[in-house]
Amino acid sequence: MTALQGLLRKEFFHIRRDRRTAAVLIALPVVQVLLFGYAIRTDVDDVRLAVVDPAPDSATIELRNRFAAGGVFRTVAVVPRTEDLDRLFESGTAQQAIVFYPGFAEDFGSGVPARLLILTDATEPNTGSLLQSYAQSVVDGYARSLRAAPASPALQRPVSIVAQSRLRFNPTRESKNLFVPGLMAFVLTIISSLMTAISLTREKETGTMEALLVSPLRPWEIIVGKVTPYLAIGFISVAAVLVEALLVFHVPLRGSVPLLLLEGALYILVSLSLGILISARTSSQRIAMMFALLGTMLPNILLSGFIFPLESMPAALRALSYVVPGRWFVAIARGIMLKGIGLEYVWRETLFLAAMATVLLVASIRSFNERLE
Amino acid sequence: MSDLAIQAKDLTRTFGNFTAVDHISFDVKAGEVFGFLGANGAGKTTAIRMLIGLLQPSAGTARVAGFDVSRETEEVKRNIGYMSQRFSLYEDLTPRENIRLYGGIYGLTRAEIRERTSQMLERLGFSSVADTAVRSLPLGWRQKLAFSVALVHRPRIVFLDEPTSGVDPITRRQFWELIYDAASNGTTVLVTTHYMDEAEYCDRISIMVAGRIAAMGTPAALKEEFTVESIDELFVRLARPVEAGKAGTLP
Repeated sequence: MTALQGLLRKEFFHIRRDRRTAAVLIALPVVQVLLFGYAIRTDVDDVRLAVVDPAPDSATIELRNRFAAGGVFRTVAVVPRTEDLDRLFESGTAQQAIVFYPGFAEDFGSGVPARLLILTDATEPNTGSLLQSYAQSVVDGYARSLRAAPASPALQRPVSIVAQSRLRFNPTRESKNLFVPGLMAFVLTIISSLMTAISLTREKETGTMEALLVSPLRPWEIIVGKVTPYLAIGFISVAAVLVEALLVFHVPLRGSVPLLLLEGALYILVSLSLGILISARTSSQRIAMMFALLGTMLPNILLSGFIFPLESMPAALRALSYVVPGRWFVAIARGIMLKGIGLEYVWRETLFLAAMATVLLVASIRSFNERLE
Repeated sequence: MSDLAIQAKDLTRTFGNFTAVDHISFDVKAGEVFGFLGANGAGKTTAIRMLIGLLQPSAGTARVAGFDVSRETEEVKRNIGYMSQRFSLYEDLTPRENIRLYGGIYGLTRAEIRERTSQMLERLGFSSVADTAVRSLPLGWRQKLAFSVALVHRPRIVFLDEPTSGVDPITRRQFWELIYDAASNGTTVLVTTHYMDEAEYCDRISIMVAGRIAAMGTPAALKEEFTVESIDELFVRLARPVEAGKAGTLP
């Protein structure tokens, strides 16, 4: 039995005995996908619709009826002025509004594009964008039917309805598919950085690290023995998240799976190095946890583009996001999963991650050795 | 191969301006039980850490089991056992698993591990708790187990850093029986302690004061040399001037 095998076995024992932590590590990602998946409601039904119709005419009535007939929309208010909508939106009475411009029907007749505005509450961004396109399709359907069966000779000319749309409260909408890559980064960060930092500092705290350092084990063997089990758990969690996302939420996985896993491994390497670095600089589990949370998890949630789009951040924060490893991994994972692109498009992000991995790995091994003096 | 287990010559360690260990020189013969005494902060732990290869000496040399501690660290580590002040076993593992882990780390074969595990558990009278988590054993039992685990690879020298602190007198007695047991099998023992009665159990002792060795010899010879009744009295006499001096510099 080699020393390393013994170490690995011991680490798995730790994980198995500490049932609570093990349960958290394995259940957390799965639960998180469920939460993220269901929090983002994707079914469009019983939409509370407000209508602004300052000058009702045949066309606006017809379109309003079409909205009401589908069974999807429920007209909750008809108001004369756009200003009245604010109250309706803020109170949540209305989720969506159709604003007709005066003279809607006449515009058809004169061949001028008829204009209307679709306003949507995008507090829940994905629902918002779905409502948006659904309403749009109702309007398009109406325009098509007018063209196909003109009601009067006056309408022989091409009919067009220009629907402008505007999302309220959250103009940058994120698609539901975007959260899975971000969640993968998040899970890997927790397991790789946080668990590595905690499990290494725990050994320092209890004094067992000293026993390992006095043994003939080489520093790299200690590190490999400590982090490999978490690497394994990390991979299992990522696989679980992927399977769940594919089966339960039908998130597409268009690109190459091996490439995705390889990039995942690179990202794990970066996170593990960070964990080792943190553990080398701290002496208690509590401090290590604080560092890991503040130093790796928060930036990876806030500045990776996982939840908040990088494009809408101030330049300073955007610049800061360049040193957040999650930013690159999220971009890579999204590219591979959603766009199906290969290394030829994500080589820049990969290079950033590889550079980070190299620098952090060297730094972490060096700081681990420093303790030995 | 000399019969000296440890040879330290002008061993020194500084941390910035502070000299923790100041040119200490001593020899420990193979099979000896050598007591390493000193007040808290006298430099005992720093000295031990240099001898076991955890800390590079700033100056001076030391050979442990015939190997240079700063250049042949690997060989030194292979030949020593160490039990630290802090508990060095994994509390969520059972005694059997701890023994297997450390046996594996020191490169024992499966057969050797199996054999030594049953020997060890039997000698300690631990057979009934072999598969109970170490966490739930009494402190004294844990210390005895830790000592045995430090010897699992049959090292030539074992370093014990305050192994008996916080342990009841009866367990301390039993612990010392284990130490004698090891010594009679030819293992050299270097032990630090706070208990002056334990100093009397050692073949030879050294008393460290402020990073230097203030006295060294057999307990009997030291008592004669300093005309004191007990090692306790000697210790207080040697340590006091320094303590007084330290107190004087306080603002």
